[in-house]
Amino acid sequence: MREDFYILQDGILKRKENTVYFENKDSRKILPINKINSIFAYGNLSFSSGVVSYLSKEGIPIHFFNYYGFYEGSMYPRETLVSGDLVIRQAENYLNSERRLCLAGKFIEGACGNILKNLRYYARTREDVQEAVGDYATSIETEFSRLKDAETIPSMMRTEGKIRELYYNALDEIFPEEYRIIKRTRRPPENKMNTLISFGNSLVYSTTLSEIYNTQLNPTISYLHEPFERRFSLSLDVSEIFKPILVDRIIFKLINKNMLDDSCFRGEIGNMLLSEKGKKIFLKEYDEKLKTTIKHKGLNRNVSYKSLIRLELYKISKHVLGVEDYKPLVMWW
Amino acid sequence: MNNEAGKDNDCGLNDLEDRPETSIHAEVFLDSVRITGVKVNYYHICKTKLWLFSHNITLEKGDDNVALGKILHEDRYKKNSKNITIDGISIDFVKTGKRIEIHEIKKSKKMDAADRAQLLFYLYYLKKRDFDAVGVLNYPLLNKIEKVELNPEDEDATEREIEEIKKIVLGSMPVPAHKKICSRCAYQEFCFCGE
Repeated sequence: MREDFYILQDGILKRKENTVYFENKDSRKILPINKINSIFAYGNLSFSSGVVSYLSKEGIPIHFFNYYGFYEGSMYPRETLVSGDLVIRQAENYLNSERRLCLAGKFIEGACGNILKNLRYYARTREDVQEAVGDYATSIETEFSRLKDAETIPSMMRTEGKIRELYYNALDEIFPEEYRIIKRTRRPPENKMNTLISFGNSLVYSTTLSEIYNTQLNPTISYLHEPFERRFSLSLDVSEIFKPILVDRIIFKLINKNMLDDSCFRGEIGNMLLSEKGKKIFLKEYDEKLKTTIKHKGLNRNVSYKSLIRLELYKISKHVLGVEDYKPLVMWW
Repeated sequence: MNNEAGKDNDCGLNDLEDRPETSIHAEVFLDSVRITGVKVNYYHICKTKLWLFSHNITLEKGDDNVALGKILHEDRYKKNSKNITIDGISIDFVKTGKRIEIHEIKKSKKMDAADRAQLLFYLYYLKKRDFDAVGVLNYPLLNKIEKVELNPEDEDATEREIEEIKKIVLGSMPVPAHKKICSRCAYQEFCFCGE
């Protein structure tokens, strides 16, 4: 199994013959080429010549994140797996407005199903907030039931926005004062919760992109998000399903187990960032989460959370090929 | 394998022997569809696999077994320059007088029908190019060899298969069905990804 490498420090990637090294003034680490799935670069990373073409040839993407931990861009290797037929059908599903609405709705359906799973979990375990959270869950269901009448993508997006707002309001009931969201702000995050959500969402987006790279799907053709929204907008679509499963659950754990203290954050309310320590803690949890396995009924064996992303992409491929209607993943556990 | 490159160039394949890593692409075009030995093999194993493979939906990246096989194969090449590939399948050419023998080494008879059909396709392909060839299936683990001759019925069957393959490839993707061999197939996840 190939591994993801997370580089937090500043330094340089070097290639010496067929070995890739990460070097800085403190250390020198070997990255075994056959073991790398993707590289996540959080520090200032420079490259010696040869490393980029080598990684590209080996089909290894590098995802870059800025000072805030936000996604900046990727070095996406030259396309290796291209199926003209699949790309054409992906486009066909976008151009036909009925089909596009159908697929766009599926991503919201998956996201909403997983959001409700998260809330129901809390409604069960925390008696003090049970009623309030339950009410929010009901409102989310009501909002979701309007989705089938949506006739345009923007109206779907509005529904999705409302569902998220209700969700974050419910989370505010659950978590202590210092982790209130109040209103979700993006750039720069204004408080701890927003900081964690933004950091995690960027990660999921990049992981999904790496997985798309390993399929024949074209990452630039998407359904819920507009293909011009970002270069790899299909990754935005699929991430919607996995954010509640991966990011939100990690955040719940970090808060509930008191794993974060003030030294994990930098800056102040209004301009909050994860510190080096905070990033390390989050990335460790994230990597462990991706490796966690779950019994998959269809395949009758255990699969990792990360494979679930790949399987989701296979389901989308089959949908556009017209073999099987896409049913988005909703946590069954 | 004998190590002497024969001097009498009886079928024009000699020069292939002296060059390591030679590839011949055995393919027959039927309208727009390219038929290869691998596709003939998949036709006998699974129609869904044949369709996906033919539409360039391949799932080999990241599959450790496939990667290992590739490394082993590349490694073997260096040692054994007598190896020739047709269509990505390693073949040992042995000359016996006027006939070429195509040897396939197989671990078991599990995929017998598919292996045999693939070999017959190569024989058919060579015959179309006026090479008179005979196939040999080697089972070192079973201590057995089997000769495979292309008779007129086989030729007809191969031609029918080629037609069938074309139909499948040009049609829509065959719906996956559970088979015994699924557990060892790279497409298993693709076929049964639904919960």
